[in-house]
Amino acid sequence: MKEQLESIQTEALEKIASAAELRELQDIKVAYLGKKGSLTTVLRGMGKLSKEERPVVGEIANQVREAITEALNQKTGKLEQEAMDKQLESEAIDVTLPGRPVNVGGPHLLTSILQEIEDLFIGMGFEVREGPEVETDYFNFEALNLPKNHPARDMQDTFYLTNELLLRTHTSPVQARTMQEYGGNRAVKMICPGKVYRRDTDDATHSHQFTQVEGLYVDKDVRMSDLKGVLDKFAKKMFGEDREIRLRPSFFPFTEPSVEMDISCKVCGGDGCSVCKQSGWIEILGGGMVHPKVLEMAGYDPKVYSGFAFGMGPERIAMLKYGISDIRQFYTNDIRFLKQFHHA
Amino acid sequence: MLVSLNWLKNYVDIGDLTPEELAEKITKTGIEVDGIEYIAEKSSDVVVGYVTSCEKHPNADKLNLCQVDTGEETLQIICGAPNVAKGQKVAVAKPGAVLPGNVKIKRVKLRGVESNGMICSLQELGFAEKFVPKDIADGIYVLPEDAIVGGNVAPLLNLDDAILELDLTPNRADALSMIGVAYEIAAILDVPILLPDEEIEQTEETAADEYVEVEVEDTELNPYYGAFIVKDLEVKPSPLWMSNYLMAAGIRPINNIVDITNYVLLEYGQPLHAFDYDKLQSGKIAVRQAREGEKLVTLDEVERNLSNGQLVITDGENPVALAGVMGGASTEVSADTKAVLLEAAYFDPASVRKTVKATGLRSESSTRFEKGVDPDRVRRAGMRACQLLQTYAGGKVLAGAVEVDKLDRSEKIVEMDSDEINKRLGTSISTNEMVYILNKLRFFFEQNGTVFTVQVPTRRQDITIFEDMLEEVARVYGYDNLPYTLPEGESHAGALTETQALKRNVTSYMQGAGLLETITYSLTDEEAIGSFITPEIAAEEPKPVSLAMPMSEDHKYLRLSMLPGLIRSLGYNQARNQPDIAYFELGKIFVSHEDVLESQPDERLRLTGALTGKWLENPWQQEKKEVDFYVVKGILEGLFEHLDIPVEFEQAKLDQMHPGRCAVIKVNNRTAGFIGQIHPLLAKGEDLGETYVFDVNMEEVIAAYDPEPSYQQIPKYPSITRDIAFILDEDIAAGDVQRVIEETGAPLVKRVRIFDVYQGEHVPDGKKSIAYSLMYQHPDKTLTDDEVEASYQKVVDTVNAQFSAYVRS
Ligand SMILES: [Zn+2]
Repeated sequence: MKEQLESIQTEALEKIASAAELRELQDIKVAYLGKKGSLTTVLRGMGKLSKEERPVVGEIANQVREAITEALNQKTGKLEQEAMDKQLESEAIDVTLPGRPVNVGGPHLLTSILQEIEDLFIGMGFEVREGPEVETDYFNFEALNLPKNHPARDMQDTFYLTNELLLRTHTSPVQARTMQEYGGNRAVKMICPGKVYRRDTDDATHSHQFTQVEGLYVDKDVRMSDLKGVLDKFAKKMFGEDREIRLRPSFFPFTEPSVEMDISCKVCGGDGCSVCKQSGWIEILGGGMVHPKVLEMAGYDPKVYSGFAFGMGPERIAMLKYGISDIRQFYTNDIRFLKQFHHA
Repeated sequence: MLVSLNWLKNYVDIGDLTPEELAEKITKTGIEVDGIEYIAEKSSDVVVGYVTSCEKHPNADKLNLCQVDTGEETLQIICGAPNVAKGQKVAVAKPGAVLPGNVKIKRVKLRGVESNGMICSLQELGFAEKFVPKDIADGIYVLPEDAIVGGNVAPLLNLDDAILELDLTPNRADALSMIGVAYEIAAILDVPILLPDEEIEQTEETAADEYVEVEVEDTELNPYYGAFIVKDLEVKPSPLWMSNYLMAAGIRPINNIVDITNYVLLEYGQPLHAFDYDKLQSGKIAVRQAREGEKLVTLDEVERNLSNGQLVITDGENPVALAGVMGGASTEVSADTKAVLLEAAYFDPASVRKTVKATGLRSESSTRFEKGVDPDRVRRAGMRACQLLQTYAGGKVLAGAVEVDKLDRSEKIVEMDSDEINKRLGTSISTNEMVYILNKLRFFFEQNGTVFTVQVPTRRQDITIFEDMLEEVARVYGYDNLPYTLPEGESHAGALTETQALKRNVTSYMQGAGLLETITYSLTDEEAIGSFITPEIAAEEPKPVSLAMPMSEDHKYLRLSMLPGLIRSLGYNQARNQPDIAYFELGKIFVSHEDVLESQPDERLRLTGALTGKWLENPWQQEKKEVDFYVVKGILEGLFEHLDIPVEFEQAKLDQMHPGRCAVIKVNNRTAGFIGQIHPLLAKGEDLGETYVFDVNMEEVIAAYDPEPSYQQIPKYPSITRDIAFILDEDIAAGDVQRVIEETGAPLVKRVRIFDVYQGEHVPDGKKSIAYSLMYQHPDKTLTDDEVEASYQKVVDTVNAQFSAYVRS
């Protein structure tokens, strides 16, 4: 009987080893371990054995059952793995085909630039103020030391609606409005971004509508060196830490002294090239110390308060940053333009 | 202002500085140098030649065969210029010379005859056509008789000059003259300045007032008028140096008399005018306001209709010049002129400005008068011109000038405290250094400790207050030398306001939803001003707001809707084969209710969008979706969900919109814009297919928005979902049914979703099936089947009753 059991084991293990499909293993399991399987059949004959023989043969029979079960499990695992591998293999796709498209929107380049500027100045403790695009002559000009018939009004050709109403030519009126609102006895630290308008014929470098960001800081004992320090910080953050700034004297009716700020040319590193017109410098913004008349008209005593103001054009900054040569691109809304600044 | 460096060197010594170095210094100290121009390349091979003979070319009628002595050798040169003649001194480019434009001169044969060089015109030497005197525009330039044969032509013709282009700000009128620029350079370089003297060698005993009488009606408008008489003049070309300087400054030489007035204009910054004395028959000058209807033919041959408010010079009867702007043709100096009345005057800047505005005529003179000339230099400029007329036109200057003189020549006094200056600049400039700066500027002052009482020279009309002196000190000290500091005042944290943050939030949502941001113009045309006006604005009956003087019909009105601009931008892209576009724009429209505009229009913030073409395209998977109403509605629903603001859409019929595909947007039961397909006929006008737009009133959004989310505990108990499909008449709105379900199911029904809309087989004609999914949930317990079933049955009964519906089985 012992021999019989051993030969069953050998035979079963051989069959398991040569089985190629899970179905065959199932058959083998039934054929040997099933109710009518050969192992079961042999064990049924155990009743005929002597008392002494029974435990020995029983022991062997258990070993055979375990060996066959173990072999079956192993082989099943192996075949299942193979089947899975085969299945997955057959599910392979071409990963180089395009994915399902998502519509990618994006900000207008000017919005990106404006936000960047806003965030820089917010970080320096400035608030962001807005004001009307249709302004009064008073706030656009007179409150900024540009009385009627002042020659400097020519610098800003204006779209008038009536004798007293106009499209603002700069965002400075927001400064005048804010100072008046603050009533002459507290500090003002603000920037005002927004749309402005000039009576210009649209061409590559002129646009009758464009954007501006102006800044104003009024407090006791504001120094011109503060203007220089703040603008230097701004320029380095906006254009790169390696950039130098330079202030030049200039003229604006609402500031005295007035400055224009240049940054060193990135293209040539200051040696002179066509971008900077051989000067090594690129003009970025204008500003100066708030004119005492402007302070006075807004209710600030110029003997007690002083301040600085500055203004810049995001279009110009964007044009310099990205080499855009035609300002009309900002307003044509050609998607070939807009889509380039998704991530700006 | 164009500044010839060779001319400038007559007044200040610029040492070894190159034009570039000088330009850099000027720019940094206060006047921007826009560019440097070199008159011509230096060339040692262009020399003075003497034409010893000039005959016709044997084989060509229009060419001349010249023998030219160039000192070392005599060259045979063929010349085509009509004005070449024997006995002339001319500029000769010898073989090997290189002329501007890289023209190389070689020995050549012309029609069989050898030519060894070129006799040059001014243009060939690099002068711009517009500055070359008219009478020699077609010919060679004839050098003065005293030019040395064989000598270099460059210095003779000022070819070695460099011209600085100054970009003057309106306050720096003082630099509209060579002397003014010289003062500036002298201050920058700390060098002496050499001023011209105006002494006239008086030879005539006859007094000018025997020849002319001067009358000024209003000495506010014309505080000084000086009339100088110079007679026995010989009109001829100016000396070469003067022509050279004028050309360098961008002025075409005419004749010695005109050139001298222009020369002094540039040198002193004081405009002068020479009348032909003999044409001024009355012997009288009267300055007054023009009378309505008077006419004057100005030097440019244009007849001007004058009106009151324009100051004119008359001969006592008729206008002979537009004061400070331009002379009249009737008294113009000509080749036959024998005597001139030379006018040196001070005209009120505002008055000249008025004339310029009224006539549209602007001149070198008016530019200077408008900004205010130096009162101290008016008379002196007249004398300087007389002196030059004496020297270079053989004139005899009559004794004295006939003057009306109420001119204020006093110097302004400005006080400055050096402590205050340092406080304002953030510097620590010593009083000694202040003294040094004021001396460089050539400002007289008295010092008392830290207080300086400065006498501002009359040439600096721009300096009137302390801050002006602050700027003078700062710029001469050097903006480069100011320290970098940061504000030391009390500082507050900066932040966006709630509304500003919301605008950014909306912009970023729209980008995430797949829309591109655009910016369109606020100014628009007549057609657009009446288009696509959102119903809540239309209900206000706004009045169009237009520019007083539009530059074009395209930009005439302030927009009442942003959509026309957006739709045109779609058309622009469509025309460039870019048919699939999704745009949004956040901007303002301008609403006024006034028939005659008196107050600022309301500026209303709108969020608008325009979409057309394909929304989704995935060709290899055969997926394609055109933009439709629900794509656009979904974007807006997402926005309102994102902002946690309840929104509703109500079917509407609006002008210019598809009558069946349009809805108004309701926020808090108020109309807050609209959404829909634009009328196909309008879309076709821009060559567009189905095009959808939306226009949202941001003010309603801002009002409804709460930036602080209200947190709700996450439910602990499970939810149960029940689906239900109703058969409804096909004209019943799904949203109406949904609202009834929500109302009836409350509070257990937490959410209702439509998941199927069906018409066709198994649904009777004229009916539709809409399937809703209802989610039940209780905050404090697990709902039982009975509770859900009771609520569900109530919903079914109510919908069936209200809409004559039945449940699809
Ligand atoms: Zn450069």
